[in-house]
Amino acid sequence: MVSLIKQPHARERRMIFKNVDRPGWKTDIDTYLEDGGYEELKKALTMSQPDVVNEVKASGLRGRGGAGFPCGVKWGFIKQDGPKPIYLICNADESEPGTFKDRYIIHQDPHQLIEGMVISCYAVNARLAYIYIRGEYPEGAKILERALAEARERGFLGKNILGSGFDCEIYVHRGAGAYICGEETGLIESLEGKRPYPRIKPPYFPAVLGLYQCPTIVNNVETLCHVKHIVRMGGAEYAKIGRPNNTGTRILCVSGDVQKPGYFEVEVGSLTMGELLYDICGGPKEGRKFKAIIPGGSSAKVLRADEKYKIKEKGTDGAMVDKEITFDQIPMDFDTLAAVGSMAGSGGVIVMDDSRDMVETLANINEFYAHESCGQCTPCREGSLWMQKITRRMVSGEGAKQDPAVLKSVADNIAGKTICAFGEACAWPTQSFVGKFREEFDAKAQKNVTPREVSDGVALREGRPVLVHDHEVAAASPGGVPKPDAPWELSNDSKAGHV
Amino acid sequence: MEIPAELEARIDETITHYPVSKRSAVLPLLHLLQEHFGYISPETANWVAAKLDLQPINVLEVVTFYPMFRAAPPGRHHIRVCRTLSCAMAGSYRLLDDLCQMAKIERPKHAGHGTPFTVGEDGRFSIEFVECLASCGTAPVCMVNDDFYEGVNKEAAAQILEKYQ
Ligand SMILES: Cc1cc2nc3c(=O)[nH]c(=O)nc-3n(C[C@H](O)[C@H](O)[C@H](O)COP(=O)(O)O)c2cc1C
Ligand code: SF4
Ligand code: FES
Repeated sequence: MVSLIKQPHARERRMIFKNVDRPGWKTDIDTYLEDGGYEELKKALTMSQPDVVNEVKASGLRGRGGAGFPCGVKWGFIKQDGPKPIYLICNADESEPGTFKDRYIIHQDPHQLIEGMVISCYAVNARLAYIYIRGEYPEGAKILERALAEARERGFLGKNILGSGFDCEIYVHRGAGAYICGEETGLIESLEGKRPYPRIKPPYFPAVLGLYQCPTIVNNVETLCHVKHIVRMGGAEYAKIGRPNNTGTRILCVSGDVQKPGYFEVEVGSLTMGELLYDICGGPKEGRKFKAIIPGGSSAKVLRADEKYKIKEKGTDGAMVDKEITFDQIPMDFDTLAAVGSMAGSGGVIVMDDSRDMVETLANINEFYAHESCGQCTPCREGSLWMQKITRRMVSGEGAKQDPAVLKSVADNIAGKTICAFGEACAWPTQSFVGKFREEFDAKAQKNVTPREVSDGVALREGRPVLVHDHEVAAASPGGVPKPDAPWELSNDSKAGHV
Repeated sequence: MEIPAELEARIDETITHYPVSKRSAVLPLLHLLQEHFGYISPETANWVAAKLDLQPINVLEVVTFYPMFRAAPPGRHHIRVCRTLSCAMAGSYRLLDDLCQMAKIERPKHAGHGTPFTVGEDGRFSIEFVECLASCGTAPVCMVNDDFYEGVNKEAAAQILEKYQ
């Protein structure tokens, strides 16, 4: 059953997760205060606002939500003396498959997040902030609301915080099950009470025109928690943790085919992929070998376990030299994962062993993206459905010879041609799976069918990627398009009514 | 459609969280009303529109987009099983089948929008296949109403169902 490690591993450095699974730890404010809570808020309020921003700049903190954008630089875009109010939003949507770190902060240490948020609000001069929490965390929303009420009662939130003259209010806002609300401009639209259709950027980023067309900072839960620790130790001291340009600690979430899945907070880059998967997670399951690793949430490009990767490393004379490494030698930092052709993304590491069929795996991923495309841009709306339909038919034994090539060409025509980065998020899995495991895709693309049969067959068949160890593929059911049974029911197989 | 005074008071309080634009309260109001009525009927959607000075379409477009809002009544207890990769690798497709069989419900087709769930004949349970619930390390996971369950095997699933009458 559940085998998450509850004791921190010796290789971990717990800062953000200090109180997660801590014996005797509770989520109430007294427990937090007894442990020295809200001291950093007090300290920040004695500093000038630009000084707090400068400390965050000096820390080198990069966003933990997926893009890894430098937090201080983002904050620097805010025009503090403009006529408009400034807002801060905590992105607690945690919707990238494979990612499960914000869950534990919210459920076990809500005051750390609130303290980080009030400090951040002070730094960017935001008086109103929202925590946009995914709808599937009803308990988390309650915990946060209770914690906010406690903080308000003790003067850490509300008017004239701790006598500083600074006012700040935070509210919890629940999403309702849509992945695209994690994308920051989709999130903003959602918070405005609309469909979460992402906005075109550039030219205007949220820091210029965000919530209600006002300057807005959107940061991930984990990022905002780091701010508290940066204030505690000072930006320069914080920057010593981790590696240059990859500072601090970060929480890695490991799931899939390892002995001991779980969450681990480590100094960025202090571990290689091999140390993470073998030493900490106990290696592959009995009698199995690692086959493929998705290193940064399901959108990140897959890495093959038996491939060699080229990276550049600083030689003894300081010059950059080429080096060839195996997957287990890849350091888990932002820059190296990008250099080997994937990304650190949200820190969600999904592992597949040699019992897994890569076409089934991609079929499962494609179901996700086809379901979650918001439908605004044609390449993404149509392309995600095409990719879903093709991998569905491949796993139902109806593959066509041209399928791998069509998959690749559809994916190639999405990435870079859409409003938001969901386009890349849905294209990268297909591009990388087909690219790296072409032999498996070709093997499943044997049966040739004529184009007409293809289109009819696909529209009416519900393939079922089941992803079980014995590779059984459930029989395709002649389901067809569901009948509308509610006044505004939309058909699943067409996003036509969805736009 | 009757809104109890207590619920309306909560609704009014919630609207104050959005001093800049009442429209922002659409999602929270729909959550509160769905908690009370079990789903969002056209009448409920119209009520929200009137409450927030919006056109009905402004609310309808929200109800139809977000997977968590239901356009038809669920069972007394609503089950959500995670379908996404880590859970699928840990057997969530089988878990869905097991739950459907034990709760005597037809298997829902696939994750979708609108009303993608099925309801048992006795109305005790409804079941839905949903996307990643962000607990992939303890896969397979599911939710019953607001309660969350991790590492659910067949025996655990049977025990879980027992808890909800
Ligand atoms: C499709 C998509 C989904 C995203 N989902 C999330 C999410 O669930 N949580 C999150 O914090 N950021 C998510 N992001 C990234 C946000 O757009 C944004 O970059 C981030 O919240 C900024 O915070 P950070 O700088 O602290 O990382 C997503 C981005 C895209 C394109
Ligand atoms: S890329 Fe996809 S998710 Fe993003 S705006 Fe376009 S259709 Fe929507
Ligand atoms: S895949 Fe099921 S919780 Fe993430």
